Amino acid sequence: MNDFSVSDTDVPVVEIRSAEKIFANGFRGLAPVDLAIQRGEFVSLIGPSGCGKSTLLKLVANLIEPSDGRLQWWRGDFSRVGQAGRQLAFVFQDPTLMPWARVENNVRLPLDFAGVERAAARARVAAALQQVELTAAARRYPRQLSGGMRMRVSIARALVTDPDLLLMDEPFGALDEFTRNRLDEDLARLSWERRLTSVFVTHSIYEAVFLSTRIIVMAAQPGRIFSEFTVDEARPRGEAFRTSTRFAALCRELSALLTDASIASRG
Amino acid sequence: MRPLIDRDWFAPVVAPLVVGVLLLAAWQFGCRYFQVPVYLFPAPSDIAESLVENWAPLLHAWGSTLKITFAAFALATILGVLTAFLFIQSRWIEMSLLPYAVLLQVTPIVAVAPLIIILVKNTPLALTACATVIALFPIISNTTIGLRSVDPGLLAYFRMNKVGRAQTLWRLRVPSALPFFMAGLRISSGLALIGAVVAEFVAGTGGQSAGLAYEILQSGFQLDIPRMFAALLLITVTGVALFGLMVGLDRVLLGHWHDSAVKTER
Repeated sequence: MNDFSVSDTDVPVVEIRSAEKIFANGFRGLAPVDLAIQRGEFVSLIGPSGCGKSTLLKLVANLIEPSDGRLQWWRGDFSRVGQAGRQLAFVFQDPTLMPWARVENNVRLPLDFAGVERAAARARVAAALQQVELTAAARRYPRQLSGGMRMRVSIARALVTDPDLLLMDEPFGALDEFTRNRLDEDLARLSWERRLTSVFVTHSIYEAVFLSTRIIVMAAQPGRIFSEFTVDEARPRGEAFRTSTRFAALCRELSALLTDASIASRG
Repeated sequence: MRPLIDRDWFAPVVAPLVVGVLLLAAWQFGCRYFQVPVYLFPAPSDIAESLVENWAPLLHAWGSTLKITFAAFALATILGVLTAFLFIQSRWIEMSLLPYAVLLQVTPIVAVAPLIIILVKNTPLALTACATVIALFPIISNTTIGLRSVDPGLLAYFRMNKVGRAQTLWRLRVPSALPFFMAGLRISSGLALIGAVVAEFVAGTGGQSAGLAYEILQSGFQLDIPRMFAALLLITVTGVALFGLMVGLDRVLLGHWHDSAVKTER
């Protein structure tokens, strides 16, 4: 195993080397893919359905294993993920909260897994809830919250582990546009403040442009990387960027690229 | 102050109460008006009289029946939960054992009870065994389904965090199973009582361990129909109380989070 220092900023957070995924039913979910994600990047995966963007994210999360090729995390294998400086957190499409537990206990769950001592855990939970502005809801149950609030609890549960790599699978897909914009702004602020490395799967062109430093456009049949798109707008970004003409131009450009990708997806 | 009729508890309490009082009144009036002989069909007042008159033996019999019921209910709960835990360990265990659990469920207890009573010398033990057999299945099947009905997203989250089997069971499967388990408990509590009474009927034993079923049998032989009704009344009260107890337990354990127990605002 390579003995790179974890603090070394040159070490790519994730390296994917010709990883492909063929499912048990023979479906070719992902043709061999090469991708390296550097520290502090916000990478979005976008593309038509069946392009393998969720598959790629699950590979990065080690939720599934590649049929061929390999992945490395901080130049090591997955067994070392979870150690100091190599913390990974995943936010699902649904909030996936425990309905029987109060908000604060839901957020504390990963700390319970790690055996963090109670007083320390309490302080970290309070901090995470404050970051998503849910301090007032700490003692409530998930069913008493709106969809947007539940998603914020889910994000707090990811942030409480102080992750170095944050993976999100269309976390705001089920929310209305207004709530989604607000959460996007929160996420943009948080990822910048904490220098998070993020991988974000989305269907939304606007969301991808607003959040990302780099956008991976994917095509289907078989799932593959079609093109890359860099958004070199300064961070942190806010409402001003969303309403700028530059934002509109970037969206148009990405939209054209996506049209090409879906034409390429028809085989 | 809000008028009584607007209170949440008013309608569900008062409405059935009114129906009950009306029915009792009609029953009382009917018996007296048509001069129905007390040995054919007693009026409510005759039953009440008999209840007071025979209070001591009835109370003793009630105690016996309650003991069997609660022992069987507790035993069925423990055995049922243990079996469910065993079932979810592997599909193979479940596939091999489930048919026998079903066998236990579909065989009428009245048919098996005589055998159990012959085999087990100790009568209370035999009665408890019969009642347990009846009450067991709903707990097994409900708890097993509950332990398997885990949100797949949460399960993936637990897997991703490399959480072990024991912790997954305790933190995820058990709370997920709770609403199912409670539903099983509710059915089982009633079945334990039915099982206890049926077993007593089949055993037909008197003496120290005689239960309410024996009271009913004896009253029948002696044509003491009011006493029969009084014993029946005590069985009914027990059943209703058990049901109420389970509903209360449901509220305490699930009230704050599960859809089945949470009041929806309109």
